[in-house]
Amino acid sequence: MDISSIDPVILIASLMVSSTSILLAATGELIVEKSGVLNLGVEGMMIIGAICGFIICVEFKSPFLGLIGSALGGALLSMIFAAVTQFLRANQVASGLALTLFGLGLASLLGHSYTGIKPPYLPKPNIPLLSDIPIVGKMLFQHDVVVYFSIVSVVAAWFLFQKTKLGLIVKAVGENQESAHALGYNVIRTRVIAILVGGSFAGLAGGYLSLVRVPQWTEGMTAGAGWIALALVVFSGWKPLRLIIGAYIFGGFTILQLNLQAIGIELSVALLSMTPYIVTIIALVLISSGKGRVGTSTPGSLGKVFMKVR
Amino acid sequence: MKKKFNFLLTFMGILCVSAGAYAADLKVGFVYVGPPGDFGWTYQHDQGRKAVERAFGDRVETTFAENVPEGADAERVMTQMALSGHDMIFATSFGYMDPVINVAAKFPNVKFEHATGYRRADNVSTYSARFYEGRTVIGHIAGKMTKTNVVGYIASYPIPEVVRGINSAYLAAKAANPNVQFKIVWVFTWFDPAKEADAANALIDQGADVIMAHTDSPSPLTVAEERGVYAFGQASDMLQFGPNARLGSIIDDWDPYYIERVQAALDGTWESTDTWDGLAPGMAALGGFGDMVPFEVRAEAMALAIGIAGGRIHSFTGPINRQDGTPWLAEGETADDGTLITMNFYVEGIEGEIPQ
Repeated sequence: MDISSIDPVILIASLMVSSTSILLAATGELIVEKSGVLNLGVEGMMIIGAICGFIICVEFKSPFLGLIGSALGGALLSMIFAAVTQFLRANQVASGLALTLFGLGLASLLGHSYTGIKPPYLPKPNIPLLSDIPIVGKMLFQHDVVVYFSIVSVVAAWFLFQKTKLGLIVKAVGENQESAHALGYNVIRTRVIAILVGGSFAGLAGGYLSLVRVPQWTEGMTAGAGWIALALVVFSGWKPLRLIIGAYIFGGFTILQLNLQAIGIELSVALLSMTPYIVTIIALVLISSGKGRVGTSTPGSLGKVFMKVR
Repeated sequence: MKKKFNFLLTFMGILCVSAGAYAADLKVGFVYVGPPGDFGWTYQHDQGRKAVERAFGDRVETTFAENVPEGADAERVMTQMALSGHDMIFATSFGYMDPVINVAAKFPNVKFEHATGYRRADNVSTYSARFYEGRTVIGHIAGKMTKTNVVGYIASYPIPEVVRGINSAYLAAKAANPNVQFKIVWVFTWFDPAKEADAANALIDQGADVIMAHTDSPSPLTVAEERGVYAFGQASDMLQFGPNARLGSIIDDWDPYYIERVQAALDGTWESTDTWDGLAPGMAALGGFGDMVPFEVRAEAMALAIGIAGGRIHSFTGPINRQDGTPWLAEGETADDGTLITMNFYVEGIEGEIPQ
């Protein structure tokens, strides 16, 4: 079998599509965690986004409205999490897990009459000039808008945390909630907004699955992507730009091993499938040991409950 | 200590059974590997469960546990079911085989039914459909319909059931079209629509224009529809997911079997059995043809299906060599069930290796 029958252009183009939803969900979760909140409900918000987007897309026959609907759906679900953890001060880990279970169940209920329906396809924008460039054009400039949005949002998150005052406030709240509070920043409000933003990203990630990538509604269709997004945030060491690398490595391995199999290269499928997880574990070990040159910025108040005492 | 614990478990079990007895004569649990809404494998099993409810009304109570991973977690779920008064448990995935045997040993009074496995005990029956007979028919259609002579095959796990399906589909496709080539991708999941879609895309990128899948969701068919190639419905008819792509389908019909077994349990005539039904009794059935399938191909496929159902044609009829060229079946010889049920080799002509 000839390895040259894998077209690198198509390979890269499809790994970008395949990585987009975990990249979006991870970007949202990174913003949430930067504010000091650990929301393990990504999977639940994704699946709610997937079904809300699907319903709206089918009812209004507009994929764009569908994508907006999916983001709203994810944000709505995350409001429950925000209420429970920020105002009722419940344990974030337990609430996040509950959010996932609740989201999966609610999505099945909502989607009951939507199985087997074909949504209208999301048109791909025709980018003049750029998409006509040989090789690079086909590889990078013939995607749908969500692929570009995911990249832009990562860069925007980087810009937010590195260059803006708002980003600094969010980071301060996440690093040391007491100090931020003492400085006069509203910790709860900042976190609620971060949770909502994270929820809409997760919802959009789910909507991308049900509207573009698969495209159909099937119960439980996220199949663990939310957990991969959570692992990706840890892998990135809470640095936005590393999310792109992590997501594309993950998507790349998946796509590459499928393509290698399709052309008949013999390889250990099981080994390749677990590579991304192994990389995450290694990254975790390096981060937690404090050794190596893995710079990291785990938010200091991550997962801590904030109580206004003073 | 452990003995005490076992005693406690049994005691609790008895309590639950007696408590449940007031509600219905028989409580039946179903363990699913995916969600009932997958519109494939689990969906069909859930249809079987509903058929049982319709047939017996208040006499039988059914429950189900969905998305149960194969392995230790399945053991926990089935133990829980046995403890909560279930008299009968249908475990509907191959990977539940060892958990079923373990749990069954602890609860000798609970009747277990394990789909697609081969380990039995006094209170464990196995049942499966000869899906490979259906795959012979759709393999023939695939061989006739491919223009690129490349058929893409999305395989789940390297278990005999899946390997058998690949072999029977390949032999039929090869007989219909000597130039046909199979490209096989193992996804190591039963249900992950996004990954199944990625696999379908990879196969289409590599030239496949007919996709066969042995996973549980309709997403390969959806991708085929979007990219303008052909595919099949798997486990369920799935016509609505790809009206222009779907050439045909294999449908699993568990209803009659489930009703028969529950009836036996109610009558007290249930005993451990091994059932392997094919196209003839209809446990594996064929859906209608897609409009694009030409008349001759339909006629040939029908003839194959009728021949198999009537016992005149066997999916594995010699001469067939193994992949390495060593003879397996001589001219006119047909495969015995023992070999088929543990099949772990490709037949000659298939490229690649079965992952270990």
